[in-house]
Amino acid sequence: MEWKLTDGRPIWVQLHEQLRQRIATGAYPRGSRMPSVRELAAEAGVNPNTMQRALAQLEADGLVSTNRTAGRTVTEDGVVLSRICIELANERIREYLHSMALLGFTKDEAVELLKKWEE
Amino acid sequence: MEQNLIVCRSLTKQYGRSVALDQVELTVGRGKIVGLLGPNGSGKTTLIKLLCGLLQPTSGELLVDGQKPGPYTKSVVSYLPDRMYFADWMKAGDMLGLFADFYRDFDRKKAEEMCRSLGIHPSMRIKAMSKGTKEKLQLTLVMSRAAQLYLLDEPIAGVDPAARDFILNTILTNYSENGTVLISTHLISDIERVLDEAIFLQTGRVVRHSAVDDIREQEGKSVDALFREIFRAIPYGGENDAR
Repeated sequence: MEWKLTDGRPIWVQLHEQLRQRIATGAYPRGSRMPSVRELAAEAGVNPNTMQRALAQLEADGLVSTNRTAGRTVTEDGVVLSRICIELANERIREYLHSMALLGFTKDEAVELLKKWEE
Repeated sequence: MEQNLIVCRSLTKQYGRSVALDQVELTVGRGKIVGLLGPNGSGKTTLIKLLCGLLQPTSGELLVDGQKPGPYTKSVVSYLPDRMYFADWMKAGDMLGLFADFYRDFDRKKAEEMCRSLGIHPSMRIKAMSKGTKEKLQLTLVMSRAAQLYLLDEPIAGVDPAARDFILNTILTNYSENGTVLISTHLISDIERVLDEAIFLQTGRVVRHSAVDDIREQEGKSVDALFREIFRAIPYGGENDAR
């Protein structure tokens, strides 16, 4: 998995989004131990303090919990996880509708096209 | 332990009549990676040389870990100069020995392991090394100390992108906890994501000192883009230039 960082937005915000995505898709399975801050920072090529800030936000979201002995573990709370999946799905939908609007389609037209869509 | 690792108060350095640093006010904390950014001639190297005691201030005050640069600060500062300062007849192993003799906080084992992973054999002569290898070897030596302050003067200038990644990774994974790394560079886009804070120097003055993510948040652009904006030089367009 690659870390993608773009210009113009805080780095920690982007790290947080991508960590959240990884938890939602099961790349970090529920109940598993998260890699350490230093490991994650080295992998993404970012400052450990920046990664720490992203992880702290994950903790505030209830997606990971810190345990003195086991380090950070991914939550097993199904309610929290499905809430995150819906949040992420809503973001994709917003992006879709936004780019459709730029092409001149209304929301209803975009939905119709989506229904008719076949690969 | 002093809370701030570096404190400068109206720090000024003149070379004859030319002012290299002009009334610099600066405090830098611990456990951070800080970029010292500015175009050529903005005073980056002068500030670094003052911090490691190679130059004396013309006026003002400078404290490292609460003390004026001297024997104590030299024992806690690990300095990577902007050019090779070892004789080219020396071997990699000679340099390891020299560092082990000079610095109590030098971890020889760690340096040897890093050299091995780089494919640098102790019997290799400096003369036979490429520019990138020399750069990596020097960085290995400097980062193998458990220092409070690492001063890296242009560590990534003139090496290829792969070597650059190696250097940045070495910095990230090897600075001691609570240690601060000050990196001077003008290659900002390469280094931006490893920085906590950026200090912008312009003609000897600190024109901005903020957290990298604060700059991105407030300006909506990268530190690199902000740098280009602040230091933009308009090229001379000749007689026909309409501007």
